[in-house]
Amino acid sequence: MKDQRPVVILIIIFLVSAILLVKLFMIQVLDDSFMKKAERNAIQRIVDHPYRGLVYDRNGKLMVFNNPIFDLMVVPKEFNIQDTAQFCQLFKISKEDLIAGYSAAKKYSSVKPSPLIKQISTTDFARIQDFLVDYPGLFIMTRSVRSYPLPSASHALGYIGEINGNQLEKDTLKYYSQGDYVGLSGLEKFYENELRGRKGVKYKMVNVRGIDKGPFKDGEYDTASVAGKNITSTIDLELQRYGEMLMNGKTGSVVAIEPKTGEILAMISAPFYDPNELTGAEFGKTYKKLNNDKAKPLFNRPIMATYPPGSIFKIVQSLIGLQEGILTPSSTFACNRSLVACHNHPSPVNLFGAIRNSCNPYYHQAFRQIINQEVSTNTFKDTEIGLNSWREKVLKFGLGGPLGLDMSGEKGGDIPSSKLYDRVYGQGRWKYSTIYSLSIGQGEMQVTPLQMANLAAIFANKGYYYTPHLVKAIDGDASQIPGKFQIKHEVGIDAHHFDLIQDAMAEALYGTANRAIIKDLVIAGKTGTAQNPHGEDHSVFIAFAPKDNPKIAIAVYVENAGWGGRAAASTASLMIEKYIKGEITRPELQEYVLAGNFIY
Amino acid sequence: MKDSELNINRVDWIAVTIYFALVIIGWFNIYATVYDSQLEKSIFDFSINSGKQLVRIGVAIGLITVIMVADYRFFENLSLVIYLFFLLILIVTPVLGKEVNGQILSIGFGEFRIQPGEFAKFATALALAKVMERPTFDLAKKQYQFIAFGVLLIPVALILLQPDTGTAMVYFSLLLMFYREGLPQWYYVLGFGMIAVTLLGLGIENNLYLAGAIALLTAILIFLGRRSWQRTIAFSLIAIGLIAYIYSIDFVVSKLPPHQQNRIMVLFNPDLDPLGVGWNVTQSKIAIGSGGLFGKGYLEGTQTKFDFVPEQHTDFIFCTLGEEFGWIGSLVVIGLFSGLLYRLVIMAERQKTRFSRIYGYGVVSILLFHFMINIAMTIGLFPVVGIPLPFFSYGGSSLWSFTVLLFIFIKLDSSRASQLGRIS
Repeated sequence: MKDQRPVVILIIIFLVSAILLVKLFMIQVLDDSFMKKAERNAIQRIVDHPYRGLVYDRNGKLMVFNNPIFDLMVVPKEFNIQDTAQFCQLFKISKEDLIAGYSAAKKYSSVKPSPLIKQISTTDFARIQDFLVDYPGLFIMTRSVRSYPLPSASHALGYIGEINGNQLEKDTLKYYSQGDYVGLSGLEKFYENELRGRKGVKYKMVNVRGIDKGPFKDGEYDTASVAGKNITSTIDLELQRYGEMLMNGKTGSVVAIEPKTGEILAMISAPFYDPNELTGAEFGKTYKKLNNDKAKPLFNRPIMATYPPGSIFKIVQSLIGLQEGILTPSSTFACNRSLVACHNHPSPVNLFGAIRNSCNPYYHQAFRQIINQEVSTNTFKDTEIGLNSWREKVLKFGLGGPLGLDMSGEKGGDIPSSKLYDRVYGQGRWKYSTIYSLSIGQGEMQVTPLQMANLAAIFANKGYYYTPHLVKAIDGDASQIPGKFQIKHEVGIDAHHFDLIQDAMAEALYGTANRAIIKDLVIAGKTGTAQNPHGEDHSVFIAFAPKDNPKIAIAVYVENAGWGGRAAASTASLMIEKYIKGEITRPELQEYVLAGNFIY
Repeated sequence: MKDSELNINRVDWIAVTIYFALVIIGWFNIYATVYDSQLEKSIFDFSINSGKQLVRIGVAIGLITVIMVADYRFFENLSLVIYLFFLLILIVTPVLGKEVNGQILSIGFGEFRIQPGEFAKFATALALAKVMERPTFDLAKKQYQFIAFGVLLIPVALILLQPDTGTAMVYFSLLLMFYREGLPQWYYVLGFGMIAVTLLGLGIENNLYLAGAIALLTAILIFLGRRSWQRTIAFSLIAIGLIAYIYSIDFVVSKLPPHQQNRIMVLFNPDLDPLGVGWNVTQSKIAIGSGGLFGKGYLEGTQTKFDFVPEQHTDFIFCTLGEEFGWIGSLVVIGLFSGLLYRLVIMAERQKTRFSRIYGYGVVSILLFHFMINIAMTIGLFPVVGIPLPFFSYGGSSLWSFTVLLFIFIKLDSSRASQLGRIS
């Protein structure tokens, strides 16, 4: 009796398996009603693109907004057309483009949607919508392109473009997918995470023909897209526009900063382009054109171009000398032109006179005292120690490295250390006579226009600066901007030393930049000339105003426009007047700048 | 200790191979349930279930190694200690465990959690093997039945406290092992008779027909047999008792928690509420049914994504298989399961000790029950009870407990040459 029981157990195992298999055969093979039900059950995952944040200027004027556009998307695996010619006619696409678009989509993924025809117009969209049902694997995706009410501030705002393969690979969080738009430069790039918002996903129940059967499970799994945050820029659109008008047809940079906050009021890189051209379907073509342009309109000069600081650097030398106790307001040197060339002015001069007249021999001699403090009896060693200690002080002025504004691609310029000269001349084989050009801001020294504007802000603030930045508030909240823009940087020079400097700069206009003078507005400024071995020198001017309560600090570079007192000083003066007074009282000066004939 | 060493040639490689085949197929199916063509995460990605399960498979292999190199006498000698240990854990679980959906199933610290109800299965099988191995132990006798059912029912009672009806039910599968070990057949006749009457009582809308049928059957039995008054009264009392039982079923069902009521009702009419209570079974059947003969292809399923079928990676893992591999896939997996069970019966019968044989049948009983009930519930043959498909379902406790359960027996089997023959 007991011996049968294992057999009974084996029979039970067999019967259980058989019953399960028979029942499975019934529902899987014999009964096709489940297959039909499944077809009614398919879910589509639809990405809901959020609205990218808008950008306003500091006075609340709209700078960037979104315009809706429609992309025809294809899922290669589901896509299947019988009559190619008819399809091309309906969708207004050439056969070559269709094949190219389809193979690109297939290369990316056969199951994920890729754009087939980008940026269909609203009228085409309405027309196409009716045919879509007949073509499986095609659907319309709505998104928006950036638009600019005024064609201004293109470099600062930057542009968005389709994400490239490299960026997709770096996106470890897998937020982006093929065809997504990301900020590629300017504010759009730096504040990408704030501006983009968050994509949402909707799960829709559809039948096999793609007809919408409503949200899956009442939208339990859906996530709503979150619109990007709006950004309030520090830019004063009025001032920016005015500066662009002045710089039109020229090559150069204008950077205006509010000294007390480091907020960038205007940032002009000339030549510029219309930001509306770098959006939508034309992006690729325009980009190629701009990129090939010899005038380099895509090159963001205020932060990427570097020049020797020239005479303007004499102010920094004066401040270091004063702080070190090497110079006093009454320190006097003769204008000894056998040391270095100069122009006609009374000699000898004290510190005030040296700044006012931009005396080269004065700084040649003063800088020697700063460098050779006789710390070491070996003059080579002494120069090395002196140079490196001097460099430390210069770096505090925000020179020699990127300031770190909210834009990518910023260059840092260069303030040389002993290492550079050791490399070029060999250790212990160079001394003051090798490096004296540094005394007047020439030689192995490079700064960007942004750094120069920041210098003007430091002079205006009497010794401190906030890192220049382009964003005032995110979603109307000033505390959301990066914390580094709220840190005060001291440059290590006592405030009282700036009194003499400010006075001398105000006075300097009467010596070197008469054009910049405004009757009832005291401007403190300094001209400079960046030597250009390839042609006419570049015209440079920095200034701040009003002298007693500075509201604007500015640096102007006009390339190949010769001496700083003409092109750059005039432009800066007009910008200051525009910003502070809101109107231009000197139309003849404006005409002079617009005419742009500075070399004579 | 020569005989404690692992003799690799004596390991039953057929059982081991089927085990790994099932674990690997299960792992691929777990990936299919989380696979999202929009995300394209690798099967090895530890942030998704398949990656996590891979870690658990690694741990399972570690457990196998420990079991296989251990001394086989360890399991026999410590069986009661293991049993008492898990009873203790079951007692403390409702106090110290974590409550999820009104049930306290798991215990542990932080990320590491186990469900003692799962592990107590092999402990109970070991304990039963230990108490029943004595030559004098005879399941035909009342006092031994009392002991065997005692050992079986203590963990059941503790698990019902959690409460976890599904897992508690699994322990009754050991009645199959009791059957092999000589529990009288009329117990089973009676038991299945009662189940049949219960199902009829639930399934037939009007209980009057059933009552009438019982009355008629009783009358015929009385009429055909010896017509003594004692017999007539006895038969009538049984009939009245049965009819009373049938009428009481509806009452008992109405007293059950609503979710259990619903599960029972849906069994008889899955179309009752296809989007509500019947959702699980309906969606599960649609998923499996839409697979056809050959399935939609791996990762091509549409019904087993986005939680169309709830708990598809744990209790409803079979849906993914059915949808993506069709009837052929179902055939292969059911073939593997029945092949493993067949093999285990053969192995159990070749044991030299009663301990090993009883344990072997314990393994067969538990695996058969899980396999049968889990698949049956996904195709609407059985009410939805939350029990996993062995080796397939996502989750550490389930995989590890089945691995330990199976490999203790494979270890015992591989050491059978060194065991003293004590078969009665």
